[in-house]
Amino acid sequence: MGDINLSVLIASLMVASVPILLAALGEMVTEKAGVLNLGVEGMMIMGAICGFIAAVGTGSPLAGFIAGAAGGAGLSLLFALLTLGFLANQVATGLALTLFGLGLSALMGQGYTGIKPPATVEIDFGTLTDIPFLGRVLFSHDWVVYFSLFMVAAVWWFITRTRAGLVLRAVGESAEAAHALGYKVARIRLAAIAFGGAMAGMGGAYISLIRVPQWTDGITAGAGWIALAIVVFASWRPVRVLVGAYLFGGITVLQLNLQAAGSSIPVEYLSMAPYLVTIVVLVAISAGKGRKTDAPAALGQNFHSVR
Amino acid sequence: MIRLERRASASRFWVWATPVVAVALTMIFGGLMFLLLGKNPVEVIRTIFWDPLFGEFAWYLRGQLLVKAGPLVLIAIGLSLGFRAGIWNIGAEGQYIMGAIVGAAVGLAFFPTENRWIFPVMVIAGAFGGWAWAMIPALLKTRLNTNEILVSLMLVYVAQVILAMASTGFLRNPEGSGFPGSRNFSNYPAAGNPELIAGSGLHWGGVTAIFVAIAAYVLLQRHILGFQIKLAGQAPRAARLHGVVPQRLIVLCMGISGALAGLAGLFEVTGPAGQISIDFNVGYGFTAIIVAFLGRLNPLGIVLAGLIMALTYIGGEMAATNLGLPSAAVQAFQGMLLFFLLGVDVLTNYRIKLGGAA
Repeated sequence: MGDINLSVLIASLMVASVPILLAALGEMVTEKAGVLNLGVEGMMIMGAICGFIAAVGTGSPLAGFIAGAAGGAGLSLLFALLTLGFLANQVATGLALTLFGLGLSALMGQGYTGIKPPATVEIDFGTLTDIPFLGRVLFSHDWVVYFSLFMVAAVWWFITRTRAGLVLRAVGESAEAAHALGYKVARIRLAAIAFGGAMAGMGGAYISLIRVPQWTDGITAGAGWIALAIVVFASWRPVRVLVGAYLFGGITVLQLNLQAAGSSIPVEYLSMAPYLVTIVVLVAISAGKGRKTDAPAALGQNFHSVR
Repeated sequence: MIRLERRASASRFWVWATPVVAVALTMIFGGLMFLLLGKNPVEVIRTIFWDPLFGEFAWYLRGQLLVKAGPLVLIAIGLSLGFRAGIWNIGAEGQYIMGAIVGAAVGLAFFPTENRWIFPVMVIAGAFGGWAWAMIPALLKTRLNTNEILVSLMLVYVAQVILAMASTGFLRNPEGSGFPGSRNFSNYPAAGNPELIAGSGLHWGGVTAIFVAIAAYVLLQRHILGFQIKLAGQAPRAARLHGVVPQRLIVLCMGISGALAGLAGLFEVTGPAGQISIDFNVGYGFTAIIVAFLGRLNPLGIVLAGLIMALTYIGGEMAATNLGLPSAAVQAFQGMLLFFLLGVDVLTNYRIKLGGAA
């Protein structure tokens, strides 16, 4: 196992984490507005297929990412229509979103299996890449990796430092109070849901365009659910979302490396690892807190204004 | 301006009309989807909903209806109890797999002994497997307040890996010349689950599903536990004041749904599927969520919903072979049904008012 190079490991965990990091950040913003959207998996896979189709069609990976974000956001608007417009149960609607997304993406992806998408090149940092260790870790990635890190900072700044972020949190803590203060609860939640969808869609597009890169049915393989777990793990804080995503990315990469290195641990146990670790972490977080929780107070509750 | 006005109490009419309207809307919009795929929508809808019942091959396909509806109804009834109480077990697929593995392992351990008690013991083992798998999220929820949605779902992925291990490893047929998959139960009468009446598609799973549906109906209508489940979902605070212990309810509901999912898995693997194989599970655990809601979380409604959903499976397969419709289209179609159901459901509790705000 000594031949697993640490700088390569860190560099590849940064890449492996991008999909769940983007999706978890988006979902965190949605949940901060008091909306629990369990359809992350469905939005991710819609982003994966929309991005793939657009990238293959236009030959431009960037167009793929934009289409991926649009695909995820499009599906999330369906969620918004049902939960905000028709006051449907958020948990059930989220599940429906995932089931529908998995089916629709498989349908759209007919005829796209076995095709290679246009490659996204790593940004050229010139000689910076040659710095020992740090060069490999920090300056050897494609633009999406840096974008995901930028989004962590941007979301942190928005939530904690802006007035709009404060309003968003108010809606998530008490929709009644925010409504009484004259804020448009439904409109704010709509924006938060669409943002979450776009981020999940981009994360999905990263899987099909860079991480894998090809299209197969069910390509996201539970990444959306892990993103949901990371939001809980992070106690709804952006920087901790980053930590959580890198932790899970690290486990995934380590697991793959161990498999490749011909470790004595059976492959099956290794491929269970990300899911088992998710459970263990969820347990550790909830056990540490007892009955208390950092979740937004109005999370999962629909709001119907009488006037 | 269109706005919603809360009804004083749920509309009796819409409680029953919602699923019908949702199915009708799904046919219309599903038809549009098929049109976009370049198919004749009327022909596709007829192939899915009409031909399996009254078409040329109906004599065979009607039987298939019970084969598919059985596990869906079994799982969905278990889930509906939890959903009513606000307990979200969405890992039924994992419990289904584990029930099948444990039950099959017990049966295969006796191979080739012939004894009429082997199958009943397998049934108990199957229920136990599903129950035990569901107890993991249940106990984590009650003891440590861990989110049961995420844990039960994560365990589906773990169960799938265990299934792969079983079919290529510890349950592999020793006489299968190295191919993955266990011994076939159709060649082992003591452990098999054959059709009870030839051509009917009814096996022990279907019988159990009918029995469970009746039992659940009685439970919800006549038993104090049923009352507590409904109360906990509608008014958690009132339930606590009434002496309902939420922890006990969680363990009970998760346990029942896990055991029923495990049973469904066992009946499937010994009957229609025939053997443990990497992909013997076809997502019934997830589709059952749609069935539970389509049946309005009501046991008798779920039986009807299970039959309708089974119809879309069978009709979908027919449409795939006869009309070249992608099989994924059916999955999207089923998801669409759940959407319309959840959307139309607003009419149960709200009234649509036209005109400006009062």
